[in-house]
Amino acid sequence: MSVLVYTESENGKFKKSAFEVASYAYAVAQQLGTTVTAVSFNAEGNDTLGNYGVTKVLNISNETLKTFNAKAYAHALTEAVEKETAKVVIIGSSTDSKYLAPMVAAKLKAGYAPNVVDAPESTSPFKVKRTVFSNKGFAHTTIDTDIKVVGVSNNAFGAKENSATAAVEDFSPAITDADFSTKSIEIDKVVGKATIADADVVVSGGRGLKGPENWGMIEELADVLGAATACSKPVSDLGWRPHSEHVGQTGKPVASNLYIAIGISGAIQHLAGISASKVKVVINTDPEAPFFKAADYGIVGDAFEVVPTLIEKLKEFKAQNA
Amino acid sequence: MKILVCISNVPDTTSKINFTEGDTKFDTNGVQFVINPNDEFGLTRAMWFKEKQGATVHVVNVGTATTEPTIRKALAIGADEAIRVNAEPTDGFFVAQQLAEVIKNGSYDLVIAGRESIDYNGGMVPGMIATLLDMNFVNTCTGLEIDGDTVTATREIDGGKEKISTSLPLVIGGQKGLVEESDLRIPNMRGIMMARKKALTVVEPTGADAATNDVSFDKPAAKGAVKLVDADNIDELINLLHNEAKAI
Ligand SMILES: Cc1cc2nc3c(=O)[nH]c(=O)nc-3n(C[C@H](O)[C@H](O)[C@H](O)COP(=O)(O)OP(=O)(O)OC[C@H]3O[C@@H](n4cnc5c(N)ncnc54)[C@H](O)[C@@H]3O)c2cc1C
Repeated sequence: MSVLVYTESENGKFKKSAFEVASYAYAVAQQLGTTVTAVSFNAEGNDTLGNYGVTKVLNISNETLKTFNAKAYAHALTEAVEKETAKVVIIGSSTDSKYLAPMVAAKLKAGYAPNVVDAPESTSPFKVKRTVFSNKGFAHTTIDTDIKVVGVSNNAFGAKENSATAAVEDFSPAITDADFSTKSIEIDKVVGKATIADADVVVSGGRGLKGPENWGMIEELADVLGAATACSKPVSDLGWRPHSEHVGQTGKPVASNLYIAIGISGAIQHLAGISASKVKVVINTDPEAPFFKAADYGIVGDAFEVVPTLIEKLKEFKAQNA
Repeated sequence: MKILVCISNVPDTTSKINFTEGDTKFDTNGVQFVINPNDEFGLTRAMWFKEKQGATVHVVNVGTATTEPTIRKALAIGADEAIRVNAEPTDGFFVAQQLAEVIKNGSYDLVIAGRESIDYNGGMVPGMIATLLDMNFVNTCTGLEIDGDTVTATREIDGGKEKISTSLPLVIGGQKGLVEESDLRIPNMRGIMMARKKALTVVEPTGADAATNDVSFDKPAAKGAVKLVDADNIDELINLLHNEAKAI
């Protein structure tokens, strides 16, 4: 009757969010008086999951599962749920996890609550708090089925150390050709750069930057901060930046610790996507820009003057605090 | 090719969000409802298939009679027929089960849903329908090409994109990118007149249960005022971010 958690990895390395969902799973297991079993796919260092309260890892080593495949992964996870007679399944909120979770839920005939931001408010009924209306509200939602699937928002719960020893066990789900009826044929991804979903810091530019040729300073600022770059919708509509950087209600959600908005007005649709970020900084020439109402810190000023100075000062700060 | 576009009826993106009846219901007072933006991209892509490759396009919505103006708008944009499953869409799993029933009865080759509805942000309906019906499924789909039964789809991944090959019958969770925003259509007078004559079939729901229940709602706590820092005093911003916000 354990709590099962899907710990996402990339190129064999656990993502930061894997430790966060493991910590969440441990909090749920504590409430239910049970233990946490993690399922990992082709990952190294499975025992490190012990640091976050996992006591058993079902380790899948399978070449055909090197690249994420939602259907095959959903099959493997549901098989693990059955094997462990798990009643609660914890999944993260990356693009892949959000692809996977509803498939797992439907296979298990389980209720699924996505965008959950806190440990369950109660376990009987099983009640969680999740964001709705693009972060403009919270719902307190009960999951009423026997098995429950919980999708945890990035950076909402945090990774919490709970020292345990994780027993690693090999697990070979009965994956068949039918599980690969969708095949990945090409991945085009910037490597070695933080992504909006994982980053602690996101530096975002809007139409105020005037054109794609001015993005050098945004990238440099992001580099200094180890941040991911993002943009407002018109910027990606104009083709200045790729679609995958568009954040907001109709773009990607951002739940970073720090969000720096440069030359972005702060339209309601943009704010909806970033309000889960903890600290927001705005740099804008227009003191009336709505972003100033949503931000924690603001500079009324020209991005072309402020950002280069900010980059220099941050470099000095980093050198002193290294 | 027979295409079904799933349409969610959602508050306009500028809506102020409030709750009523002791914070147990979304307050629809003064709220303008629209086709879910992610679905609008899908509907436009479906129209492209209809016009360029030949297809019949149906739209479906799970909702009470109040959603009919939104459904009529989809017909005015060019869908051939509409179906409304006459039920309050209580949760994603319930909606998925209703839609699965419609899809089974209509033998569709391609089902286009939005990646998520911008009201409850569940993002679960497309994946659930595909799984319930054992159809192929591509989520966060930003590009879709179909040649016979062969499909090449592009999807957004964190930090980039992925190309996927699969086949019909297929369900996608679509979003911006499926078509250019400038290609989205606004119903014209002729479309609106024609939509009045198109079939809007109302079907009763199957006996499926909801799996989750939104017991109550609340709103984020009001934010304190912004701290303004002088543009000539960037050191102060760094100091605040480091010592006060602990963000760097
Ligand atoms: C259905 C729908 C969905 C939408 N979804 C989204 C979404 O998901 N995400 C999103 O972002 N938008 C979305 N929008 C668009 C949104 O309404 C705004 O149009 C958009 O966010 C504005 O982007 P912006 O702030 O970059 O551009 P603008 O509105 O043009 O603002 C640019 C800002 O830059 C400032 N500026 C100009 N020059 C400088 C300078 N030198 N230095 C500093 N500041 C400067 C200006 O003062 C201004 O505030 C949506 C709209 C609709 C209708």
